[in-house]
Order: sequence, then C-alpha cells, then structure tokens
Amino acid sequence: MEFPKDLKYSKEHEWVRVEGGDTAIIGITDFAQDELGDIVFVETPKIGQDLKAGESFGVAESVKTVSDLYSPVAGRVIEVNPELEGRPELVNESPFGEGWIIKMKMEDPKELESLLSAQDYRDLTQKG
Amino acid sequence: MSPTTLLKTPLFRKHVAAGAKMTDFHGWSLPLQYMSMMDECKAVRKSAGLFDICHMGKVEVKGKNAFRLLQHISTNDLSRISEGQAQYTALIDDQGGIIDDLVIYQISRFRFFLCLNAANTEKDISWIAEFALQYPDVEVRNLTRQYGLLSVQGPNSEVLIKSLAGARAAGMEYFHFMITNMAEKNVILSRTGYTGEDGFEIYCDWRDTDILWDALMAKGKHWSLKPCGLGARDLLRLEMGYLLHGVDMDASVTPYEVGLEWIVKLDKEGGLVAQEALTRKKTEGAARKIAGFEMNERGGLPRHGYSILAEGRIVGEVTSGGMSPCSGKTIGLGYILAEHSKPGTPIQIDIRGKAVEATVVRRPFLPSKTKKAKPAPAVSANGGEAAAKEE
Repeated sequence: MEFPKDLKYSKEHEWVRVEGGDTAIIGITDFAQDELGDIVFVETPKIGQDLKAGESFGVAESVKTVSDLYSPVAGRVIEVNPELEGRPELVNESPFGEGWIIKMKMEDPKELESLLSAQDYRDLTQKG
Repeated sequence: MSPTTLLKTPLFRKHVAAGAKMTDFHGWSLPLQYMSMMDECKAVRKSAGLFDICHMGKVEVKGKNAFRLLQHISTNDLSRISEGQAQYTALIDDQGGIIDDLVIYQISRFRFFLCLNAANTEKDISWIAEFALQYPDVEVRNLTRQYGLLSVQGPNSEVLIKSLAGARAAGMEYFHFMITNMAEKNVILSRTGYTGEDGFEIYCDWRDTDILWDALMAKGKHWSLKPCGLGARDLLRLEMGYLLHGVDMDASVTPYEVGLEWIVKLDKEGGLVAQEALTRKKTEGAARKIAGFEMNERGGLPRHGYSILAEGRIVGEVTSGGMSPCSGKTIGLGYILAEHSKPGTPIQIDIRGKAVEATVVRRPFLPSKTKKAKPAPAVSANGGEAAAKEE
C-alpha cells in the first residue's frame, strides 16, 4: 500500500497535493480505494463551487458501498477530473495519479498544517 | 457481532492467507472478494470460478413419509423428479408467503437432502419440524456443519470436473447429481449453480473440504480457475435476474409476485400448504411484480430500498442493483406496480434525490448458459419441464 511522502492527508482518507502557491489537487488514498473496492461512479462538484474544510463535495460509489468525499481544506473548485465520468476505475488503478478528483484554489494554504503527514496517516490506517 | 463469534468454514484460514477480504454474511465469516469482484465475475463467464459456500444450510429429511411431507410443504411437484435428480422449489407459509427458496435432492424415495439459504436455515428447520410431527417416522436433521459445499462455475468447469471425477460425472444433465469420488474423497456432485453458467456443486465431508479445494485449485490452473467471493456471486446471480431470498423476496410476497409461478404446482396430488391462498392469488393476479431494469444514464448504482418513479410518482422499490461486469450496464431488480412493469416501460430511480432515467427490461440481463436437459421424448410431455427452466 502506498503513502506518498510529498502529500498531506485527512482523517477521512483524502490526500492533498500542493501544485505551487494556493492550488491543490485532491483525491482519495490508496487505502481508501482498497477499502471501497471496484469504484463504479464518482459524483463530482461543479466548477466554481465554494467548499468549506470538512464539507462533502461528492461521493465515490463502489460495488460494495457509497462513500462521501470531504474537502480537506476550504476553497473554490477550479477543475474536476474529466476522465472519471467514463472511467471511474482510474481511482482504483491510480489513486494518486490519473485518479485525482478535483483541483482547488485554497482559501488559506496554512490550513494544510492541520492535516496529517504520510507517517501519521499510515499510523491511522494501521490502528483501525 | 465481534469477529471472534463469527462461524468459520473449513477454508477460513486459506481465504485469509490468500489475502481475501472477509465479510460477515449472516453470522459467517466468508470471502467478499479475492482481487476484484469484476475480474472474478469475468473469470466465471469466460473460464471458471471456485466458491466456498459451506455456509449454505444442509438438511436431511428421511423416513417412509419424507416424500409426502416435502410434497405438502414445498411448491414444486416432487413427483416429477426421481433418484439422482434435484429440483428448485420454495417453502411457503400458510398465506403463500415465501419462507425460503431451496433445492431438494432426491437421494431415494425415503431420503431427501435440502440446500437452504444460510440466513433461513434455523427458521426453515422449525417450520419443517412442525409439519414432521404429523409424520412420526420422518426425521429432520441439520447437517449444515457436517457437509462442506464448494461451487465450480463457468464454461471450463466440465473439463475440470472430468479431470477429477471422470467422464461419467462430467457428462451429467443439468439438475442431476451423483454420489461419487473426487480426489479420493466421497462427494455428492451435482450439476447446479447460481451463476447462469454451466457448473457443479460439490458436497463433501466437512473435514475433506480443504483437500477438495486444493485439488480443484491445483487442477484448475490449467483452465484459468479463479477463487471467487460472495461479491462476485451476488453480481453473477443479479446478471441472471435470479432472486436472493431476504433481499429480493421474503414471506410478505408469494411466488406470483416474483416470477416464480413456474415452481408452483397447485394441481399436485395431496395438495399444498396454502393451497387456498395461492389459488386465490393466482386468480386475482399480482398488483406489483418483480421486474428487471437497466439504467440509461450515469448517476450511481440503484440500491436496495431506493424508490422507483414513473410519471412523477413512486411506483415501486429497488431490491437489488449493481453494475454488470460483463455488459458494463448498470442493472437492477425491484417491485413495480404491474401497469409499469412491462419491458420497455420508461422509469426513473431516485438515487440520493436525483431521478435517474432507466427502462424496464426482460430478465435475464445476459443469456443463460447452463447445461440444458435433453429434450423430453414426446410421450412424457411434462418430464423435462422443471429442469428446462432456470434453476
């Protein structure tokens, strides 16, 4: 199972990759996709939607279950992964790469400090 | 329920060691999936899959009057099968409500073997035992944890069974069985299944289950046999439009609401429990029926309990849904008011507040490939009927 070191993580199993300045890419972790199993549908927000930290912005639906997606930080959605509509399985195949979900303009990049490091997140997944 | 109290099949350790994701299925710890449910389904349709279904209820009913008892409480006509044959049937309550669906194996005229849904086994046994009081010589025994049960399903299952149990066994007709040897163990081998593919089910001594599993897996390598979990089992049966008791049907419905009228034989000798209620139901017709549907747009999966809409109002309820790994279509089953249940009717499924377009379609969703019984000779026109139908 992968826990890339350059990312920040939320307790709800999302990851954040900072793409310079206040732009962030968000997806779900390898652990989360493995728990969900075969993903068949990802419901994404509209571009331009404002999200609060911890707010639900969509769902990832697998054969097994439906799981809400929560924004780890506050900001505005500036892009959604256009590939996911036709190929939701990308989230399983490449959760940290091609399976990214949204791109955001963060309100306050300092919020990232309250998120988990790769090590802390790995510890969290192993507890439970 | 904590994991320590779950019942385990003889293969529990093997599943865990192989990295299977385990799940609690009505008190049993069983593999949900090994790798991917989608890939497991495809393996069953293209080559072969192996399932641990030791949790299924296994009950022996024997005695001079065993036939009379079972004929009275099950809906199908047991006189239509003989030794070495199995029959798909249902247990119903005195209102005609479906207590369980099951397969009855006729070992002899005085000895029958029942394969029941795990979640219903205790309830079924109490129901059967209550009637057995009127037939003092009949003995009802729960053998669930004395017999292991494996299922080999898929187009390659015949050649695999041939390699382990010989040509005679592999040449059996659909819904026939024999007591034979496999991997030097005594087994009841039956040509049955729950996937719509050709396949076999293997009943063995509980303690021999792991030996048979290993023998099948070893030989199966040559024919791309894959171990499969309950997730794939559920999707495969959904693709066939087969109903799962406790999910798609229960005692609140009769066979007439769920498309199982073909296993109700009201004219059989000796009569049937709920004869009157079922006769009435048959004449009245069902107000709502189980129907299959296909989603026309993306919007998520239809799930158990979601509302079915038509013309702006609720006309039914989803019982099962999922994405068909073989067709890529999102499909489901549900109860729909009779006037909206004809194939071709446009409906919507309320998925988390959004009305997503769907269409009622015929079941099965994919063509069935089970081995068909040979056409019955003209002189015995009814002989092949039970076996020619699905399940």
